[in-house]
Amino acid sequence: MKVKLRIKRFNPQKDRKPYWQEFEVEAEKTDRVLDALHQIRWYQDGTLGFRRSCAHGICGSDAMLINGKNRLACKALFADLGDYVTVEPLRGLPVLKDLIVDMEPFFAAYRAVKPYLINNDQPPLKERLQSPEERARFDDTTKCILCAACTTSCPSFWVNRDYLGPAAIVNAHRFIFDSRDQAAEERLDILASRDGVWRCRTIFNCTDACPRGIQVTKAIEEVKRAIMYAKV
Amino acid sequence: MKYHTYDAVVVGAGGAGLRAAIELTDVASVAVVTKLYPTRSHTGAAQGGVCAALGNTEEDHWEWHMFDTVKGGDYLVDQDAAEVMCREAIDEIYELEHMGLPFNRTPEGLIDQRRFGGHTRNFGEGPVRRACYAADRTGHMILQTMYQQSVKHDVHFYNEFHVFDLILSEDGRAAGVVAYELATGEIHIFHAKAVLFATGGFGRAFRVTSNAQTLTGDGMAVVYRRGIPLEDMEFYQFHPTGMYKMGILLSEAARGEGAILRNGLGERFMERYAPTLLDLAPRDMVTRAIYQEIREGRGAEGKDYVYLDLRHLGKQVIDEKLPDITDFVRTYFHIDPAKDLVPIQPTAHYAMGGIPTDIDGRVVVDEKNTPLPGLYAAGETACVSVHGANRLGTNSLLDILVFGRRAGAHMAKFVKENDLPPLPKDAGERVQAMLDSLLKANGHESVAKIRTDLQRDMMDLAGVYRTAEGLTKMQGILGELRERYQHIGLQDRGSLFNAELVDAVELGFLLDCSEALVSSALAREESRGGHYREDFPKRDDQRFLSHTLAYKRDNGQIELRYKPVVITRFQPKERKY
Ligand SMILES: Cc1cc2nc3c(=O)[nH]c(=O)nc-3n(C[C@H](O)[C@H](O)[C@H](O)COP(=O)(O)OP(=O)(O)OC[C@H]3O[C@@H](n4cnc5c(N)ncnc54)[C@H](O)[C@@H]3O)c2cc1C
Ligand code: SF4
Ligand code: FES
Repeated sequence: MKVKLRIKRFNPQKDRKPYWQEFEVEAEKTDRVLDALHQIRWYQDGTLGFRRSCAHGICGSDAMLINGKNRLACKALFADLGDYVTVEPLRGLPVLKDLIVDMEPFFAAYRAVKPYLINNDQPPLKERLQSPEERARFDDTTKCILCAACTTSCPSFWVNRDYLGPAAIVNAHRFIFDSRDQAAEERLDILASRDGVWRCRTIFNCTDACPRGIQVTKAIEEVKRAIMYAKV
Repeated sequence: MKYHTYDAVVVGAGGAGLRAAIELTDVASVAVVTKLYPTRSHTGAAQGGVCAALGNTEEDHWEWHMFDTVKGGDYLVDQDAAEVMCREAIDEIYELEHMGLPFNRTPEGLIDQRRFGGHTRNFGEGPVRRACYAADRTGHMILQTMYQQSVKHDVHFYNEFHVFDLILSEDGRAAGVVAYELATGEIHIFHAKAVLFATGGFGRAFRVTSNAQTLTGDGMAVVYRRGIPLEDMEFYQFHPTGMYKMGILLSEAARGEGAILRNGLGERFMERYAPTLLDLAPRDMVTRAIYQEIREGRGAEGKDYVYLDLRHLGKQVIDEKLPDITDFVRTYFHIDPAKDLVPIQPTAHYAMGGIPTDIDGRVVVDEKNTPLPGLYAAGETACVSVHGANRLGTNSLLDILVFGRRAGAHMAKFVKENDLPPLPKDAGERVQAMLDSLLKANGHESVAKIRTDLQRDMMDLAGVYRTAEGLTKMQGILGELRERYQHIGLQDRGSLFNAELVDAVELGFLLDCSEALVSSALAREESRGGHYREDFPKRDDQRFLSHTLAYKRDNGQIELRYKPVVITRFQPKERKY
């Protein structure tokens, strides 16, 4: 079938402001938006800018706004989208070229929540013990691929770019609820700050956007509760 | 051009590069130069597990693991390296756990372990539970954990910088790398005492592959162009279970949990090929068995695929232990593995060969294993060789960790004992000239078309089945593709995220890797592990119990040399499962 892609383009070296451009490509129903973007870059317009790597939803490179919703281009099939598809860069991060945004603010928020295990005890000779139940407690938030689909779908983030955002909270949650970690309090302090969890208005955009099916809003709620009741 | 000076430069931020960087960062100044954001590296795609003889769920010993590795590699494995890997595996896994990796657990709270192809108890008696895992996203968890540790240790990254050249000093030491900054188009010279290549594989040389778009053999090609040999390039692994036509991997963990392969008649055909290990025989064997079924007309619907049957595992096992691959099948095939048979076909997966190194990650450049001072390699881009002619599942994640760490540790020592080599005056010139010509390229050939042709022909002529005739033909085709490559045209003349330019350079790298693969394969007149010659179907230890070294000479010719395999504990035997 023939599909039309309407893509928001912007090259700061040449364009004063973004503009829309339409492309037509031959595609199968089972093809993904990423396949079409490749067809365009390879055979029609070599200057089209977008990121990608794994092509099956695991590396987090190609989150973008597709038909008004944040998705990974490599997981968005024409069978589900129809034959007229609009593609735009993620909202709320500076556009560097076409569909490529500056990820640095996103990673800065991630780094701010101490996203690594903190445990100051001497480790045992073998593994630390953890029961399957303790392990299950934070399973959901270990799935995050840092694609930014959640954070950049959040209206609270759009109006306040200093909000740490859902992805950073998800990654804090992953450690706060890990029985082996000892720094829950430090992280909860960070998340209780002005730009932390209280900016969340429970809009659920993040949960809808997450390509990994993470219950993002639920994770944020759990962190809020941990702050309120000062216990994990 | 911009200049930077560090003690050490690590090229690549997958599992191998990050593991090395973590080892180095606290003791030396280190730059990690990577063409992808670290968490985008393909280590994150690894699913099934990483093995170590912990013995958490049943008896196990590292000697058994070593034996399986050597036998799985069809005795081309360097046994000193395999011994180091299998022995150090145990502490490496505990260390990963201490770093926070969320392994699945046994009811007692230990790291849980599962079965995987070719891993056996007591030297081949039957399958053993050796693979440590985190659902079916073990690689994701390893990559995340490594990245978390790099944040903790404040590792210095240069993201979206493509390394296009290696700098060698006049006295024959590694002196740094030349990188292209994607965001600006600028050239950067990284001047350093030690350089590690950890740039991953080159699956994109083939039409159907489990590898990312970005796995184009950059590190291998860069050093190869500088006169350093590539080892055992003819050994390329095709994983039996890729999703039909797409190549996306469905982990061996599925079969580890009990899934079965079925042909078009519904038969469990592995009974005929590997009576003891059945569906968990090593990959090279299972892949050929699938093709054999297809060739004899027993493919599904008479076509070139068979089925993976997970239906009897039950929804709980599928959802809890294999959630990601279930999601792939649902998303891309719109079917449910708990109810439907999944169409699969072999997919180009893993390079056993690569840049030759010793057990400390030092790059060695001849049959006497002479190191090139300051140059290191680790991970899929390297060849230690622990995988020999065929890698066992779960041994690559182990390889990147053990040898990533060892390379990092050796570099730490090296940079303390050595001073900065002089930087040649013309360090960035080759890359500058290459970029200048690409930015002017206005020929009539298309990079995408050349690449598509390469991938199609490599799959057909240098894939699972090979003959002298086919490989010779492929050599001719590579010559033609190279000629066409001289006449490509590009549209993007800009300096801002010029992905078209990068695509063209990466195609050049793929051509180099393919050329080394084909020449090495043509000369190896035997069948061993992943290298199967229909015209020489038997293993020939008399002539070929040795590693191939392929050198690119200045006139473009390839010279092949051979170096002996290190054999310590296990003498070569016939391989049966
Ligand atoms: C789908 C899949 C599943 C797998 N499952 C398993 C498994 O269950 N168990 C197992 O043991 N193995 C598995 N493997 C194999 C294993 O995952 C890989 O071999 C291993 O992760 C490779 O790691 P690496 O660090 O060498 O390279 P990668 O993780 O591929 O990283 C390469 C790095 O190099 C960088 N790079 C590349 N070129 C350049 C350049 N020119 N300049 C700068 N940077 C560059 C990239 O940015 C990237 O950071 C699997 C592989 C695949 C494809
Ligand atoms: S939580 Fe989901 S949407 Fe947000 S960054 Fe992680 S994977 Fe992406
Ligand atoms: S390309 Fe990796 S997530 Fe889409």
